[in-house]
Amino acid sequence: MSDKMHIKLTVNGEDKEFLAEPRDLLIYALREKLNITGPHVGCDTSHCGACTVTLNGKSVKSCTMFVAQANGAEITTIEGIGSPDALHVLQESFKEHHGLQCGFCTPGMITRATKLLEENPTPTEEEVRFGMAGNICRCTGYQNIVKSILAAASEINSAKEAAE
Amino acid sequence: MYSFEVERPTSVADAAAALGKDEAQALGGGQTLIPTLKQRLASPSVLVSLAGIADIKGVSVDGGTVTIGGGTTHGVVAAEAGAYPALAALAGNIGDPAVRNRGTIGGSLANNDPSACYPSAALASGATIVTNSREIAADDYFQGLFETALEEGEIVISVKFPIPEAASYQKFEQPASRFALVGVYVAKFADGVRVAVTGASEGGVYRWSEAEAALSGNFSADALDGLTVSGDDMISDLHGSGDYRAHLVKVMTKRAVAAAS
Repeated sequence: MSDKMHIKLTVNGEDKEFLAEPRDLLIYALREKLNITGPHVGCDTSHCGACTVTLNGKSVKSCTMFVAQANGAEITTIEGIGSPDALHVLQESFKEHHGLQCGFCTPGMITRATKLLEENPTPTEEEVRFGMAGNICRCTGYQNIVKSILAAASEINSAKEAAE
Repeated sequence: MYSFEVERPTSVADAAAALGKDEAQALGGGQTLIPTLKQRLASPSVLVSLAGIADIKGVSVDGGTVTIGGGTTHGVVAAEAGAYPALAALAGNIGDPAVRNRGTIGGSLANNDPSACYPSAALASGATIVTNSREIAADDYFQGLFETALEEGEIVISVKFPIPEAASYQKFEQPASRFALVGVYVAKFADGVRVAVTGASEGGVYRWSEAEAALSGNFSADALDGLTVSGDDMISDLHGSGDYRAHLVKVMTKRAVAAAS
């Protein structure tokens, strides 16, 4: 066994410090060491995107990254995006438009979608599908996921216009 | 995964020293290496992460050449290599957004997967692969499936791409992996046309010299009409037979010529 490494992360605004093996994956550290269980292990092969988190402002698959590579990083998971009492616009929109069935892929979907809408605040349907290409859903057929994201985009944009 | 140590050097010199250790392996973005480690298909004793080396990241343009640091992610190339539009477009269509935020050009070229996109761009552009010890012409660099001219411990510092007059990469995507079932990169220079094919041959990325000769005389899709591609040495798997891939080589080359700009 290798020597443990001292890891520091900021997860959803909270500083975390812990020991990890060099081969520990980021998803493992989040779920098993920090009890942050929103990001899911779907395929464990970097295809499905259920483990998607935001790392220093960019979407990454936390199953295909060692926690050692994330040392010092700021991470946002679904737990940092909204709460049951104060849902994020995207969470509200997924609820409203039935953008989920079993819900297993949803934390990754919404975490990725928050970045998609920052990268491109006014996406077309095609751009939503391209931007969400790394997140797989086995229930919905994607139609309502795309609808939810497009609706959230217009909601955010109308709110911005109203504020201006 | 088997157990290993991780080193995180911040300079090329320290990385090279770390790679001198027994059974050491460089780690770029890890988008290929980590799945490989999970399957226990590799068992390095030390992983040397190159992600902390600022000197090998970034895109710069100088005259007719775009230089991309070996540690630059596909996402950054897509966003910043606009001086070479076909290359930026290729980078922006690798894998998916999360993969593009981690995977690097140096990692892709060092791995030389026979279905990866970047090797075709390097070969068709006549790029130069700059390492910590020398410069290697793309024509000498790719040596077969997962084989390159890189020596043990050699690190891809940057890749210098001459910007062609016109170019295009056309990928027939394997929809699950988004690797190229067949991908063709066509680059038109003042002194001739270069055509590189990925995803097809059992020997990895290669130049299609008959197409280069035909297109150098007449840069139009019709110039390829008389050519035939044999399926004999093509990859044959559950996604497509060798003959199917051979057919796609010509189709994708025509599309690349038609789209070249």
